[in-house]
Amino acid sequence: MLTLLSDPQALADLLGTSLRLAVPIAFAAIGGVISERSGVFNVALEGCILGGAFGAAVGTYLFGTPVAGLALAVVVALIAGLILAGLAVGLAINQLVAGIAINILMLGMTSYLARLILGADATTTMPGFEPFALPGLSAIPFFGPILFDVDVLTYALYLLVPFCWWAIYRTPWGLSLRAIGDYPVAADSAGISVPKVRTFAVLISCALAGMGGAYIVLAQVHVFTENMSAGKGFIALAALILGRWNPVGAFLACLFFGFSDALQLRLQFSAPDVPYQLFSMVPFVASFLALVVFAGKVRPPAAIGTRYIRGGK
Amino acid sequence: MTNLVRYLFLLRPVWAVLMALIVGSGLILLAGVSPLGAYGELFRGAFLDYWGLAGTLVKTSPILLAGLAVILPLRAGLLNIGAEGQIYMGALFSAAAALYLPQMPTFLALPICVLAGALGGGLWGMIPGYFKAYHGLNEVILTILMNFIAINLVSYVAGGPMMQAGAPYPYSEEIRPSLWLPIILPQTDAHAGVVIGVALAMIMYFVLRYSTTGFALDTIGRNVNAARYAGVPVRPYLVGVMFVAGALGGLAGAFEVLGVKYRLYHHFSPGFGFDGIVVAFLAALNPILAPLAAFFLSGLKAGALVMQRATGLESTVIEAIQGLVIIFVAASLGLKLDAEKWAARLRGRERLDRAVGDTFRKQGAKDADATE
Repeated sequence: MLTLLSDPQALADLLGTSLRLAVPIAFAAIGGVISERSGVFNVALEGCILGGAFGAAVGTYLFGTPVAGLALAVVVALIAGLILAGLAVGLAINQLVAGIAINILMLGMTSYLARLILGADATTTMPGFEPFALPGLSAIPFFGPILFDVDVLTYALYLLVPFCWWAIYRTPWGLSLRAIGDYPVAADSAGISVPKVRTFAVLISCALAGMGGAYIVLAQVHVFTENMSAGKGFIALAALILGRWNPVGAFLACLFFGFSDALQLRLQFSAPDVPYQLFSMVPFVASFLALVVFAGKVRPPAAIGTRYIRGGK
Repeated sequence: MTNLVRYLFLLRPVWAVLMALIVGSGLILLAGVSPLGAYGELFRGAFLDYWGLAGTLVKTSPILLAGLAVILPLRAGLLNIGAEGQIYMGALFSAAAALYLPQMPTFLALPICVLAGALGGGLWGMIPGYFKAYHGLNEVILTILMNFIAINLVSYVAGGPMMQAGAPYPYSEEIRPSLWLPIILPQTDAHAGVVIGVALAMIMYFVLRYSTTGFALDTIGRNVNAARYAGVPVRPYLVGVMFVAGALGGLAGAFEVLGVKYRLYHHFSPGFGFDGIVVAFLAALNPILAPLAAFFLSGLKAGALVMQRATGLESTVIEAIQGLVIIFVAASLGLKLDAEKWAARLRGRERLDRAVGDTFRKQGAKDADATE
């Protein structure tokens, strides 16, 4: 532990790993912010990450380029989003139930279709997005190589965080989004279509989570494995609560979770005599404690989780 | 006629399951296998064969108990996604009791081991219940996170302090045979857990329907302000209901240890806790229907392997179909029967008959005249 602080190279490695582990969660968490700001719980983030990972692997496998993989990842996640919007917004079914149903469906579908499509090639690594250094910025001492020698999806995330903040807090669309999440009746009276905005928010949210899944396959491990999302979507849900339903806050919370995950991986290697399971639960314990300790004073969007039926109670 | 529509409508989860199976047959066709053949093998392997039936019953026990662990808190408006973690904690407590408590006569030791499992799951369920009731934290996210913590905790214990010396992968010592659950179908491993599960489902049905506790829970679920106004102590009820739900999940874990595995394995549950959510919705939150739903779902799972052996079709397709089932059932429950609209349609049809005529109706009317 102490050697880590005295050795700048080890610390840089640790922070780089933290960032890489935070990126997929951050995509999902920012997606979750948009959906929950409109009043729809998106428990399906987990399934969307998995669907995105699956789409990325299959697209890259079939067309030979990671760009196609990214495109298919977004398509698969959008299909999940359409189901969620249809069930939760269209049919006004309990949003949590709809989300969980999608997670179960995605788990089964991706495992089954991956075996059908990838078959024996499932373990061969496929091409992905390689990191490239931004001239100038990457020359910053210490932080430059960590932050500005990364792949295109991570750069996209850097732009996404301020863009989402701007879209939510500084645009008319963001105002209607927040209004619907807080008081849909008033938004409806003002002539904003609640189902339309909610559907759009859910679709965006799932597409972003799908990009997070694509990142895992295209920039991290370069293969698809069953259930490879492994709870990241749920950590994203915790992160967005911790980040107070704000894209910047959610991103910072994701960096915290990425750091705790990187730290536990490091501990697994440095203390091989301690069973690794003790360390693998660290991100989840950290999420749990963070929620319990810091979330006491949170104020979620007032209408979150509630269905909206025009003229209903 | 309106009644017929009403009955057809009440059966909508059944139609939804059939629809899901039809859509699922599209998935089976993708693999180039005949859906009828595959479903035939599936249901034969799950229900029509002594060994297969026993295999289905072995899975019914944890899935039913997990289903009850979801249904009970949902009646009070809490969604318990934590049955999986509660199963693991129940198994941990139960295995610890079975392995470390001093030798006792079986009639004393077996109930203690079972109740230890219920206690473990109950305490694990109570934690998110407390934070929900007193701090307003979302119980869905807390229970999901606690699942991962419990699974890793059991992995750690089974691979560390409780691991059998020299075991190739994490599992504990074997539990002595006097603590094994009795078998209900001779020569199979169908244990008594499913009987206890069905009994608990009955008890839960009567408690929810006929007791003040059940009434209080339903009131909290439907209108928490009304419940508070009526003097129901809402917060203690929420903690209590999560304790009981966790205890049900814990029982499922205890029965897996004492009835099937006879050891504490790491990763022993293939997601029974999540199957519980499917059961809760298939049964439309009615405990009396939960055994049927759990039996059906267990049949799908047990039959999936038979199907894979017989047709070469990947058994993971059944997981996908299970997802389709819950989506279709959830969607069907979201549809509302507009009785007024149907009645209006049917009245319109009667008016049409009077204006245009209907051979059957006239025939019937003439018969009626003739008998007079």
